[in-house]
Amino acid sequence: MTTVDQPREPALSSERGLSRSYARPRRTPLTWVRGGGLAAFLFLVPLLFVFGAFSWYPIVRTAIMAFQHTNLVEAPTWVGFQNFAAVWHDPLFRVAVKNTAYFALLALLFGYPIPLMAAVLMSEVRKRRGVYSVLAFLPVVIPPVVGVLLWKTFYDASSLGVFNTILHWVGLGPYPWLQSQQWAMPSLVLYSTWANAGATIIIYLAALIGVNPELYEAASVDGAGVLRKVWHITLPQIRGVLLVTLILQIIGTAQVFLEPYLFTSGGPNNATLTVLLLIYNYAFANSLGGNYGLATALSLMLAGFLVVFSLVYLRATRSWSTR
Amino acid sequence: MSKPSSGGGLISELQWLKPGTRWGMRGLQVLLLVALVVIGLGPILWLAKSAITPTIDTISHPMALFPHGAAWSNLSQAWNDVHVGRYFWNTVVIAFGSWAVQIVVATTGGFALSVLRPRYAPLIKGLLLATLFVPAIVLLVPLYIEVVHLPIVHKSLIDSYWALWLPYGASAFNVIIVTRFFDNLPREIFEAAEIDGAGPFQLFWRIVLPMSKPILGVVSVFAVLVSWKDFLWPSLVLPNPNVQPLSVRLPSIELQTSVGVFLAAMFIACLVPIAGFLIFQRSFLGGTGLGGAIKG
Repeated sequence: MTTVDQPREPALSSERGLSRSYARPRRTPLTWVRGGGLAAFLFLVPLLFVFGAFSWYPIVRTAIMAFQHTNLVEAPTWVGFQNFAAVWHDPLFRVAVKNTAYFALLALLFGYPIPLMAAVLMSEVRKRRGVYSVLAFLPVVIPPVVGVLLWKTFYDASSLGVFNTILHWVGLGPYPWLQSQQWAMPSLVLYSTWANAGATIIIYLAALIGVNPELYEAASVDGAGVLRKVWHITLPQIRGVLLVTLILQIIGTAQVFLEPYLFTSGGPNNATLTVLLLIYNYAFANSLGGNYGLATALSLMLAGFLVVFSLVYLRATRSWSTR
Repeated sequence: MSKPSSGGGLISELQWLKPGTRWGMRGLQVLLLVALVVIGLGPILWLAKSAITPTIDTISHPMALFPHGAAWSNLSQAWNDVHVGRYFWNTVVIAFGSWAVQIVVATTGGFALSVLRPRYAPLIKGLLLATLFVPAIVLLVPLYIEVVHLPIVHKSLIDSYWALWLPYGASAFNVIIVTRFFDNLPREIFEAAEIDGAGPFQLFWRIVLPMSKPILGVVSVFAVLVSWKDFLWPSLVLPNPNVQPLSVRLPSIELQTSVGVFLAAMFIACLVPIAGFLIFQRSFLGGTGLGGAIKG
């Protein structure tokens, strides 16, 4: 018990390495216990149990189930790539992919520049910056179910809806919002931006405060105005954070579920059916029993796409982000 | 030279002295503040107002301020008649249990990986990091099937809170930030304690945990918040309405009751997260736990 620290001493750890290959008899269960091995293992039991049972095992199981036909009643049968083929030929698959890409694109258009501009302005606030941060972050802590259902009442399509009332004051509307095939998705993205922009603002703010003030001073000496400093110093200095938030946002929006599920259930006419909603529908919406094979096949396809996309993205931006 | 508390440095003091820049910037900042109040606070204020407004007024004049007085009874009706009180309590139990499991897993695991360091520690760390790159959706279906029918013990966790507590405990993010924190604790103190005869359990309980209050605070805040916010997973594994948390019940409450009572229920559902945020602002705005929060 007193030699807990051993592995960090270089001399001792190399001796241990030797003992494994040559002096095996020296490592008995008793020396393992005395050396703190049992204590270390006991401390890892909760982690190994929880992650083994509820993280690592299900991940492996997904990869298996995607190639099986399972309905929880009969024994699963291997079907090769049939599930993937079935998903690929499902006409809803294309719709869901297109809608998810559309959601991600709109979310980038709304949700990428606005937090950046807000954070740049906020970083120059000289008094009570905390008030700005709290106000910006407030929507992030609202439980998403409350946020979505609240905005659903705001989006009421009648002329007495909250947004339609406000727009009526300036002579606009009424708009159909969620009930229109054309406007349902932008409405979802508008809510999503409201609910999530605050977190991005706080990340940008932390990055902006880390920019070396001497760079700004040097630029000022050279006569650069505020906008030129934003373009030539601020943005290049925080480009690492900008690149990370971009990829995280794309990964997040690719998995959008709650908004289409609670706002529109994928409607009207599948205009807001996303990939995750389709996975949910495959697995859980059918009262006759879920098609778990299709659901896991589609989740694997999405996960594979996201991993490949992230790797390509990191590769493509590596030289740019560290130059 | 008397400096006002300096900004990020984008605008030099010299430029700040120019009236055009200063007033232009101040104007933009006031505009931003107004926008933040309207956008960030506005919907919540509307919800607070409507929670105590008679249904008929909210429907016919959503933006009017108490045209026919307040209806405080919405709150008590929501709490008692549509059982928000019970669902609220369910939410508290779920949040508390997932907090406890997450703290136990993250601290014991972090202690073993950072301080005790068995020779297989790098393997476990690698597996934890790998799970960070797996999108959560991959887990959904197999985890559900596993909860319906647990292998080995052949039990079902459906309608049991363990179906939430245990999977929430498998947060690689928690373990990693706690391990990082432990890595930065001074080794000399551990060595001194060992020389004084402290075993690993005493080291953990008497030395490491008391020194880790800041990181435990961050993990706790996010543990409670995440379980408070979750919808999809509890809605799948808790089909019995009597044990469901508030967030899962809200869509059904909307169909069961009047608009006023429903909005009162929604208002009650955000009180705890908002209060928690205002009290523990630093944990939220410090940026530690924001990694997973980016979307849209």
